[in-house]
Amino acid sequence: MLRFLVRRSLGALVILLIISMVTFALFFAIPADPARLYCGKVCSPENLVLIKHSMGLDQSVPMQYWNWLSGIFVGHTYPGGDVPHCDAPCFGWSFVKKDMVLDTLMDRFPTTLSLTVGSAVVFLIFGIGTGMLAAHKQGKAADKIASAASLVATSMQIYVAGPLALWALVYSTDLLDLPTYVPITEDPIGWFTGLLVPWIVLSLIWTANYTRMTRSSMVEQLTEDYVRTARAKGMSGTSVFMRYAWRGAMGTIVTVFGIDLGVLLGGAIITESTFGLHGLGELAIRSFIDSDLSMLVGVTMVAATFIVIFNIVVDAVYALIDPRIRLA
Amino acid sequence: MTTQAKPEEAAAGGGSSTAFLSVRDLSVRFSTEDGVVRAVDNLSFDVEPGTTLGIVGESGSGKSVTNLAILGLHNPEKTDITGSIKLAGQELVGASTKELEKLRGKTMSMIFQDPLTALSPFHTIGKQIGETFRKHTGASKKEARDRAIEMLTKVGIPQPNVRVDDYPHQFSGGMRQRAMIAMSLVCNPKLVIADEPTTALDVTVQAQILDLLKDLQQEMGTAIILITHDLGVVANTAQKIMVMYAGRAVERGTVREVLKTPQHPYTWGLLSSMPNLSGPVDVPLRPVRGTPPSLINLPSGCPFNPRCDFREKVVGGGCTSERPALLPEAGHATACHLTAAQKQDIFIDQIQPRLG
Ligand SMILES: Nc1ncnc2c1ncn2[C@@H]1O[C@H](COP(=O)(O)OP(=O)(O)OP(=O)(O)O)[C@@H](O)[C@H]1O
Ligand code: SF4
Ligand SMILES: [Mg+2]
Repeated sequence: MLRFLVRRSLGALVILLIISMVTFALFFAIPADPARLYCGKVCSPENLVLIKHSMGLDQSVPMQYWNWLSGIFVGHTYPGGDVPHCDAPCFGWSFVKKDMVLDTLMDRFPTTLSLTVGSAVVFLIFGIGTGMLAAHKQGKAADKIASAASLVATSMQIYVAGPLALWALVYSTDLLDLPTYVPITEDPIGWFTGLLVPWIVLSLIWTANYTRMTRSSMVEQLTEDYVRTARAKGMSGTSVFMRYAWRGAMGTIVTVFGIDLGVLLGGAIITESTFGLHGLGELAIRSFIDSDLSMLVGVTMVAATFIVIFNIVVDAVYALIDPRIRLA
Repeated sequence: MTTQAKPEEAAAGGGSSTAFLSVRDLSVRFSTEDGVVRAVDNLSFDVEPGTTLGIVGESGSGKSVTNLAILGLHNPEKTDITGSIKLAGQELVGASTKELEKLRGKTMSMIFQDPLTALSPFHTIGKQIGETFRKHTGASKKEARDRAIEMLTKVGIPQPNVRVDDYPHQFSGGMRQRAMIAMSLVCNPKLVIADEPTTALDVTVQAQILDLLKDLQQEMGTAIILITHDLGVVANTAQKIMVMYAGRAVERGTVREVLKTPQHPYTWGLLSSMPNLSGPVDVPLRPVRGTPPSLINLPSGCPFNPRCDFREKVVGGGCTSERPALLPEAGHATACHLTAAQKQDIFIDQIQPRLG
């Protein structure tokens, strides 16, 4: 297991390196010129050259990439003098926000993490729970209700369900608070109530997927030969259901969840603008509009890092579940 | 086929009082979208303690369905089971799940065909064996593990105290089947149902597994139902044979009776389709012509009639109108309208020379 983790982590570093190169190449291929934007409407050519120089944009793209990469390990001093020294780990300076990229990311990150993990916990619990129930009551009323409900819920979209929920739960009834982010360390209750509406909406949409997936993989597992063997040796219904069928169904769910976490993170762009939260998603859109390249690279790298970590964790969990993988 | 001496008792039949398992008029029907599948129809047989009953028949003849019904493993919502299955006097048809759970693995157990899919890939061999033991004896984890090692030793797994912690995928096919046998015998059951226990294994391993089953049976006095396509396998291991066709018994008797003097056209077909090691090499194999009937729309009369070469011999065309009963009640019996004399003549004139 340790060897597996070390090997995968090294692989992950390589992948992140490649992603950072591609990101750089892509963003710097965009025709927008950050220096000109920064320079403003009336911009003398001399001023533009100066700004280009102080932003480091007068260097070749590979050189800029090198500055960025080495900055992570040794820090970076921008030429020009009006930007403070960027200590390692340095992810650059945002000329738009006039702030360190890393500081902004650290500031925004907890919002997105709370949003993603919080709703994931809720939809996993409810999705798997109702899926198991439906599989257990196969063909009975409970199963049919769960299946029908999940069909309706899956077809919902965040940009419809979000405003609808805001209207129903906040604006017209005042039942819940308008979504805000309060750090959990400052005020746990405020953190909870502030994120409740987005959690409810995201969970509604995602639970359905997990209900259906859990149900179908449980139903499939229950027809497996080894489940029949377990019954043939006198195991009780519950033990067959939990110790055997559920064990088999877990692999599928973990794999899909690994992919979905990435989707959920990417979806933060829409979710956060729907609910007016200031997380990484909203930051990404803002930076794109402002042509804040250093910030965009930063956001992309944070997202990529998390997706890569999710993947490693999922594979590790999968190996724990299935000895055929672990001991292969 | 070897001609080894084996205990031959009076053939199974009627209400034998010594039987450990007694099946009477068992019918199993599945409701499906296409209609009602009559997978087992009016089947009766007995198994005496310490003996082996071989059940043979083509694919789809209802062998597995019969035995899954004994263990009560059919989905009750889609299956209609009638008749009686008595295990040591206890009625199993209609018994509660709780009662059945107590019997499964303890009094009766099953060895499945493909040990790779029939063993859980997620649990160690030791856990899977020990779990059965704990469930039925309330033993501790440690005791269950010791018992698992003991059983693995018994079925001939090398280094049992190490291999007990292996997962099924770390075992070879033959070892998996040995582990499966260890699992089914861990509580000393009185009845073991082996559903084609060697089909998934290669020939040398097949013989070892059958020998192992025989040895363990002698040691523990278990009654065995051995399901197989292979008449050679029953010849060596069983005392009695039941030949099934379309969910019914068409011939029943001791191994000697059924294999040496078969009386039913379907059995003749089966025997002719089997390679015979002691017979002349140049006699071609003759698979039973035609295909098994639909169990939703059984042919009227004798279900074998569309494939039977001898139905013209039955006076009055009874083969297509009247279902033959399995007669006589006890002893060597067949379900066929041909007269005893006809069967005898056909067998001696046409079949025996073919079998060599
Ligand atoms: N759950 C079920 N629902 C509907 N039909 C079934 C079901 N189980 C078995 N059958 C049908 O019942 C018939 C008998 O099946 P069974 O498995 O007993 O055959 P078998 O004699 O064991 O054959 P094989 O030698 O291939 O194992 C088959 O036609 C099969 O399709
Ligand atoms: S009853 Fe008729 S059709 Fe059936 S096996 Fe006998 S001879 Fe053949
Ligand atoms: Mg079968």
